[in-house]
Amino acid sequence: MDPFADTLQRLREAFSSGRTRPAEFRAAQLEGLSRFLQENKQLLQEALAQDLHKSVFESEVSEISISQNEINLALRDLRAWMKDEKVPKNLATQLDSAFIRKEPFGLVLIIAPWNYPLNLTLTPLVGALAAGNCVVLKPSEISKNTEKILAEVLPRYLDQSCFAVVLGGPQETGQLLEHKFDYIFFTGSPRVGKIVMAAAAKHLTPVTLELGGKNPCYVDDNCDPQTVANRVAFFRYFNTGQTCVAPDYVLCSPEMQARLLPALQSAITRFYGEDPQSSPDLGRIINEKNFQRLRGLLSCGRVAIGGQSDESDRYIAPTVLVDVQETEPVMQEEIFGPILPIVNVRSLDEAIAFITRREKPLALYAFSNSSQVVKQILAQTSSGGFCGNDGFMHLTVASLPFGGVGASGMGSYHGKFSFDTFSHHRACLLRRPGLEKIYALRYPPHTPRNLRVLLMAMETRCCSCTLL
Amino acid sequence: MKDEPAARNLVTQLDSAFIRKEPFGLVLIIAPWNYPLNLTLTPLVGALAAGNCVVLKPSEISKSTEKVLAEVLPQYLDKSCFAVVLGGPEETGQLLEHKFNYILFTGSPRVGKIVMAAAAKHLTPVTLELGGKNPCYVDDNCDPQTVANRVAFFRYFNTGQTCVAPDYVLCSPEMQARLLPALQSAITRFYGEDPQSSPDLGRIINEKNFQRLRGLLSCGRVAIGGQSDESDRYIAPTVLVDVQETEPVMQEEIFGPILPIVNVRSLDEAIAFITRREKPLALYAFSNSSQVVNQMLAQTSSGTFSGNDGFTFMTLPSLPLGGVGNSGMGRYHGKFSFDTFSHHRACLLSYSGLEKLKDIRYPPYSAYKEQLLSWALGSQSCTLLPPAGQDLWATGPAPFRAKVSSAAS
Repeated sequence: MDPFADTLQRLREAFSSGRTRPAEFRAAQLEGLSRFLQENKQLLQEALAQDLHKSVFESEVSEISISQNEINLALRDLRAWMKDEKVPKNLATQLDSAFIRKEPFGLVLIIAPWNYPLNLTLTPLVGALAAGNCVVLKPSEISKNTEKILAEVLPRYLDQSCFAVVLGGPQETGQLLEHKFDYIFFTGSPRVGKIVMAAAAKHLTPVTLELGGKNPCYVDDNCDPQTVANRVAFFRYFNTGQTCVAPDYVLCSPEMQARLLPALQSAITRFYGEDPQSSPDLGRIINEKNFQRLRGLLSCGRVAIGGQSDESDRYIAPTVLVDVQETEPVMQEEIFGPILPIVNVRSLDEAIAFITRREKPLALYAFSNSSQVVKQILAQTSSGGFCGNDGFMHLTVASLPFGGVGASGMGSYHGKFSFDTFSHHRACLLRRPGLEKIYALRYPPHTPRNLRVLLMAMETRCCSCTLL
Repeated sequence: MKDEPAARNLVTQLDSAFIRKEPFGLVLIIAPWNYPLNLTLTPLVGALAAGNCVVLKPSEISKSTEKVLAEVLPQYLDKSCFAVVLGGPEETGQLLEHKFNYILFTGSPRVGKIVMAAAAKHLTPVTLELGGKNPCYVDDNCDPQTVANRVAFFRYFNTGQTCVAPDYVLCSPEMQARLLPALQSAITRFYGEDPQSSPDLGRIINEKNFQRLRGLLSCGRVAIGGQSDESDRYIAPTVLVDVQETEPVMQEEIFGPILPIVNVRSLDEAIAFITRREKPLALYAFSNSSQVVNQMLAQTSSGTFSGNDGFTFMTLPSLPLGGVGNSGMGRYHGKFSFDTFSHHRACLLSYSGLEKLKDIRYPPYSAYKEQLLSWALGSQSCTLLPPAGQDLWATGPAPFRAKVSSAAS
């Protein structure tokens, strides 16, 4: 029994009917998303608190507001994005109309994760809807309270002939992926990313994969330790470390480590108090499985700060580990929790060598008072995104593309990049039916003279001819 | 290659925000045999311009060009960063087991799936330039000779072995009656009474494709041409009529000098016919009415579209060449090539001091902080803010002081 066939068929028919093409329809969907957020804010905050013990601040700033900003941007710029883009012409095409038309792909599948279950569902959805696609949404079953709202409440705000939520775990998702989609947007682990891409290959479906990795955080000796500690701690322990772009581990000299440790302790105490477990601003681990995994990591290296855990609460204290070996699990897998290992390097070059030996991460951080140091790390490494002297602020800038490279993913989105990701860019050339005498130049029998004229007319240089 | 500045929100006002283009690393280009020079060099230009090292796998089928690419081309490039590898399907399969940082493949959809599946094992991004049956709609409201000239020219160019060639014509029986003599006239004008002796007509690439195409000659009814000569791998410029949708000539990409005409009774029927099938790499619509052309454009999808002509758009590097659906993914030509072979890295360079400005986001959280930050993060388009490109990193202390006072006010 295929539980999805009917839903997908219905959505395909809706797409074929042309329903999603007009700007008015798309704007109405985006406005629906906006009302969904505004009318259910409390419900969403409660769900996020139940799933991840997210504070109202974090829910607002990293889930609700950020999604609302994307909706607002899309509503503001929708018609500009939809417009045909005229392109420069050569002499041969001077009398033609040459442009790029943005078209929806058709049926889009969005598979969303549990760590920012609202943001990482809605932000791609904004792009897919703005681009005029029909959408199947597969929210994470792990963040079950948010899943429930997305499945039961969200569809009421959208045209349900063009939008559907499907539920299930890995097995159901596997079944879903056997179907043909016109685009697949996946956020999750590299391991599952490969499975998604392999499934997409069977149908030649293009994909964007937002994956993860171990995001290095280099800290130069030439830094104020407290400033660095504040910034690193804030971004590491935000959402209890369950962030794909969080600094995963620190690279610094032993001297800097000695100055950083008390500063980190100071930042943690300032942020979460003497007893972090009772702070309303610190979240919890999503589920038992991840809690156990993280608790296992606490025995790597040596605990310098934190290290406490409480199974009944899925609580793990903001922790810093030192004396870690590269071969230990904490330096092998993406941590995705409130644990920060510090690895010692003796120089910038050694740090760069360490980083470039490993898979390209989703984010890379470099702290230094010297802009030259920051720029050198930028120049000699690769990563999805990069931030100098701060944490993942780059993802709040809608004019920067958000995406990975290598094992951390392919493709990008946010702002206009979302619209472009979910659109096919069709090259169009419209010529007049007459003037055959001019175009006859290219027909056989060919002569050297005709060839010369044609080559000249095709030349790119002619684009800048000021007479034209 | 230049960093592209990006517009900032209020929270990142003092930062430098830009997109940096970086090479992926090791790029694999698998090229086909039909335009063995162009479809090898054009992607290569993009890959090299973007700063990658390149492995080139030219087609073994166009063996004379393969030889030149393998033996002569490397002499002109830095061989520590460029290599040509040779072989057939088996060797290419072996090659694909290795990890590359980007793969650009030009070829059939069938092999495209194999390439993408191999790429998936290493999470390697791909551009697949595939193919399909490119429909060519001809409205009743047309001058038959003009249409015939254009369609014939683009169909028989390179003996039809072009991924963007018009594959079949859709028109009414009335238009077909006018088109046939016009097509014959165009063919005679282009290639003479005996096309086999024209220096301007090519040949089929190999025996296998020749036999395949000769088989297609028995579909429908030959209206023009139909001759073939095995010793020369010659197939005459041919037009077929009375073809059924189920016949092989309407099932596979023709890739030869054979043009079937399928009858439809209206524009809507033509659009329905087209949209029932896989999205093609190119779509052509001929009509004196721009409304008809625009309707065809609006109600179909394809890699590329041309009104009242053939694949002239290929000569315009400002237009992206790429497919959609079964005809491919990704695109190249001109700047699109450079962008295809580059990773676009989002960069934000912030300042190491001014911690008090960043302080506001730290716990313990408060409703006030939350509101302020939400507002500041959302301010993507505030006209009071300086444009992208101006920041502490570029401009130094004095403008910075001015910015701080405007941010505080």
